[in-house]
Amino acid sequence: MAAVQETIDKVKAIDVDQYKYGFVTDIESELAPKGLSEEIVAYISAKKEEPEWMLNWRLEAYRRWKTMDEPTWARVEYPKIDFEDLHYYAAPKKREGLKSLDEVDPEILETYKKLGIPLSEQEILAGVAPEHRVAVDAVFDSVSVATTFKEELAKAGVIFCPISEAIREHPELVQKYLGSVVPVSDNFYATLNSAVFSDGSFVYIPPGVRCPMELSTYFRINEQNTGQFERTLIIADKGSYVSYLEGCTAPQRDENQLHAAVVELVALEDAQIKYSTVQNWYPGDSEGKGGIYNFVTKRGDCREKNSKISWTQVETGSAITWKYPSCILRGDNSQGEFYSIAISNGHQQIDSGTKMIHLGKNTASRIISKGISAGVSQNTYRGQVSAHRKASNARNFTQCDSLLIGDKCGAHTVPYIESKNSTAVFEHEATTSKISDDQMFYCQARGLNEEEAVALIVNGFVRDVIQQLPMEFAVEAQKLISISLEGSVG
Amino acid sequence: MLEIKNLHAEVDGNKILRGIDLTVRPGEIHAIMGPNGSGKSTLSYVLAGKEDYEITEGSITYNGVDWEELGADERAAAGMFLAFQYPIEIPGVATMTFLKTALNAQRKARGEEEISTPDFMKLVREKAKELKVTPDMLKRPLNVGFSGGEKKRAEILQMSLLEPSLCVLDETDSGLDIDALRIVSEGVNQLRSPDRSMIVITHYQRLLDHIVPDVVHVLSKGKIVKTGGKELALELEKNGYADYVDEEAA
Amino acid sequence: MNAPAKIQETNAEQSLNAQFDAIFAQTTQNNANQRKQAWEAFKAKGIPHRRVEEWHYTDLRSKMNDAFALASKTTPKAEALTGAGDLKTYRIAIVNGRYVPELSSNQEVTGLSVAETSGVLEAQLGTDDAMASLNQALVQGGVSIKIDANAKIQLPIEIVRYTDGSDVSSYAGTSVEIGSGAKALIIESFEGAANAAYQSNALTEVKVGDNADVHWLKLQVESQKAQHIETLSIELGAETNFQHFIYNEGSALSRAQLFLEFKGEGTHAGLRGTSLLKDSQHADITLFVNHAVPECESREYYRAVVDDKARAVFQGKIIVEQGAQKTDGQMMIKTLLLSDTAEINAKPELEIFADDVQCAHGSTTGDIDEDLLFYLMARGIPEAQARKILVLAFLSEAIEEFEEEQCVDLLEAMTRKWLHADDLVSE
Repeated sequence: MAAVQETIDKVKAIDVDQYKYGFVTDIESELAPKGLSEEIVAYISAKKEEPEWMLNWRLEAYRRWKTMDEPTWARVEYPKIDFEDLHYYAAPKKREGLKSLDEVDPEILETYKKLGIPLSEQEILAGVAPEHRVAVDAVFDSVSVATTFKEELAKAGVIFCPISEAIREHPELVQKYLGSVVPVSDNFYATLNSAVFSDGSFVYIPPGVRCPMELSTYFRINEQNTGQFERTLIIADKGSYVSYLEGCTAPQRDENQLHAAVVELVALEDAQIKYSTVQNWYPGDSEGKGGIYNFVTKRGDCREKNSKISWTQVETGSAITWKYPSCILRGDNSQGEFYSIAISNGHQQIDSGTKMIHLGKNTASRIISKGISAGVSQNTYRGQVSAHRKASNARNFTQCDSLLIGDKCGAHTVPYIESKNSTAVFEHEATTSKISDDQMFYCQARGLNEEEAVALIVNGFVRDVIQQLPMEFAVEAQKLISISLEGSVG
Repeated sequence: MLEIKNLHAEVDGNKILRGIDLTVRPGEIHAIMGPNGSGKSTLSYVLAGKEDYEITEGSITYNGVDWEELGADERAAAGMFLAFQYPIEIPGVATMTFLKTALNAQRKARGEEEISTPDFMKLVREKAKELKVTPDMLKRPLNVGFSGGEKKRAEILQMSLLEPSLCVLDETDSGLDIDALRIVSEGVNQLRSPDRSMIVITHYQRLLDHIVPDVVHVLSKGKIVKTGGKELALELEKNGYADYVDEEAA
Repeated sequence: MNAPAKIQETNAEQSLNAQFDAIFAQTTQNNANQRKQAWEAFKAKGIPHRRVEEWHYTDLRSKMNDAFALASKTTPKAEALTGAGDLKTYRIAIVNGRYVPELSSNQEVTGLSVAETSGVLEAQLGTDDAMASLNQALVQGGVSIKIDANAKIQLPIEIVRYTDGSDVSSYAGTSVEIGSGAKALIIESFEGAANAAYQSNALTEVKVGDNADVHWLKLQVESQKAQHIETLSIELGAETNFQHFIYNEGSALSRAQLFLEFKGEGTHAGLRGTSLLKDSQHADITLFVNHAVPECESREYYRAVVDDKARAVFQGKIIVEQGAQKTDGQMMIKTLLLSDTAEINAKPELEIFADDVQCAHGSTTGDIDEDLLFYLMARGIPEAQARKILVLAFLSEAIEEFEEEQCVDLLEAMTRKWLHADDLVSE
């Protein structure tokens, strides 16, 4: 008992101040004036050199948004956001018409280097075996600053570029799919995003193509008082496959910053999309001051038969997380997966989970959620599994486990299980526990010190999810978990 | 008499049985041996009439009746009994209740009188004692919390109560220690009779030391590849299935 | 998942307005203030609808085209009341919300006292629910039941709640106080004339002392056209055993909401039930179980069998407050859907603020297990009969855990009758 208590005390004593990625890049930026209006929407659209249809789409979203209220159902508390006190566009000032990576501001390249994301292809090629190459789209505040391996991907027919570029270069694809999974009026934050989204990644995998490398986007919020509103759209055409990774960090700042992203995935017949996220936005300090408000709408549409979408997330950052990566299982035999690790410490609040909407026949979904709460944080799993009338033989298995470290935090589970089909079989299991004294003792009796023991047990607790991550990400995630929980462990 | 002719069957579109011919006369015991995945359990399910096990070609007739026409319950009433490899646990149904329901359902289907409760109790107690099935087991829900050996003994108890004319024992020896194997085998041997046919499905020869078969068949990849006397089982025990598997592959 | 929205007053709400005004004009008792407060609380929310999170799956507003007139005082024939059937009991009859001594037992039972009341309660739990507030605004009568400390009441206490008439509504407020060390079995039935359309709204407040042992069986066998709303608020002392079972068979629409709070340590509460639904019945069981103190154990096990176009709703929230260490809470919801138009909505929630706890919940939804069915058929049992056996077994598992033999027998008999399975062998 004593050993566990000591560990808990230690975890409590450690605050989130040691956030590793809290540095600020000193760079001159171009900012839109604070506040939101039709003019600002037009300003963003103009900055992006967008066609008229895009501007109209944004304006329609903006008008809708004006009529909507912020949602209040999630188990998170925060002061009212003043949407007029934000910059909706921030971009590093740059010379006109940059063509090559060499011309990216060295400060930015340095930033990504510090974050462990090399943006120079030579650098990547030097140290990594070809099968482990990852193409990166780097988004800095409101703009994409660099995309690597574009040419090589283009050879395979894969389009991987900033969404602003896709709007100009591939309007037919964007017009067809943008907003087709998350409609403009879906929810308050998604609608806001539709009006003001600045950048993000666009991916199109043509029929029958297995994307030759992992694709990745790295999001960085740098500027003060800005919101980041990225938009990602991934389309896997018939019989294709893609694995996509997403990482995020932000500097340590006293005020809260808003991040309201929308991610849309479309999987056509026999296609497969694997989407992995390691979210490590700045969580705020030990007093609960500052940190990112992470209000994200992520949804995948298994639009045609035999398609599969798999979400894996490791959520360790942000002051508030509001996020439900979901799957609409429309095509017969389609499959959806959601694997999640959500760690809250300090004053963090997480309300996250998924929705599995079974519409087609023989659709299957699997949810594995592992929540770990420490400090005075609140960690909620909220998930919906539903089978519609025609979803014969739908299957769902849900396992949601919570681990509490210390007695000042909360762990909550809110599942919504809805079945309208008698042949649908849904199974849901949830447990809440702490690290048991027996487990601790056993590990210690085998020679582990208490910190190693906690790390071992927590890593065991989340193992099912870690296994779903691509190799490089899994290692990073494991490290991150130890750091998020106590820093001295691992 | 059971007659299986050129039987092909599949499960979920997977072809498992690929042309089985087998005739079992009253009083005979046939052993079916074979490696894992050869289709042994599929054969037992097809005989018992499990849904999803589809006959795609060939036929099964028992005493002249086309077996495919009958549902699982009708086959049971017509004398079929499958001793399951993995007897199912049914929480909420007491073993006694289940036994009586099954016995009366079969009697009713055959147009016989239902058994009275005192007669039934007496019958069960006698048979249970022989098979070392304790009164406590009879009170518990069907197979719930039974050990592997207890489940198999309970299966044989059912067989002895229901007095079938065609018994299929699917891997009845699996999960049994020597003592349990002996009790179960003795139970089966007591049920040997000139009117009763048995098919004993097993992977190992050891069960056949206790239940001595008249004929031994080797099943491989959904077909009977060799038929012989009881000495065939000993040969298999010595040489394994490799010969038959290879022969098939060649 | 939604915020309340302002919605125009419905027909039913307008009728309720008039009803309250009429009642309030006649109220001269000193509980007028309480009624008024309850009414204001109801008015602020209106009839619950799907945008109220706790009522998301039961949109009462859309199911109440109008509010029925308040039922008048009547005394039906004794034969009209079913209650616990042939069991020998101490009967308390409540008709149209009012205690009816003529239909109730009048013998002396040591340690038990029953008195008629106005129905206005001091309920502290569950009172922020709109329908509980409405009950207190319009309540027509009720009883107070007291069991003395250390009294072991051998005779089951039977509360028969009968709504007499069609197109009427009844509101009863009941308080039950069970002293420390007492033991009692309560069998409560909710019923009415077959096929009568009415709405019954009952609010019951239960306070149990320390070291008590209480079994409580609720039989909801209202008319198939009735609407049934029951709010039960329960406070439990230390080292007490409290077992509750809901048998849900009646009503077109029913909502049973239980608010249970542990006030003393070392207490065990078992909340169980079975719902047997067909046609287009809608049955909602909603629980709030608050582990406010350490070392208590709760079990929430419910099963539903849903046929035709019926719909079962289960919502259960286990709350473990900060400091309520060593809590053990287990919730399990199992549903069999017997038709392609049946529906289940389940929301088993955990809300945990203490670390040294063991809490789990589970839920399964599906059809009868094909392997079980095959096993029974392979033993010669025809399919239709095998299905009944499996449904009965599914429900019996929950029933048997109630551990009061006379109630278990009663429940199994009622379940068989519902299943048309009288021919099945019993143990």
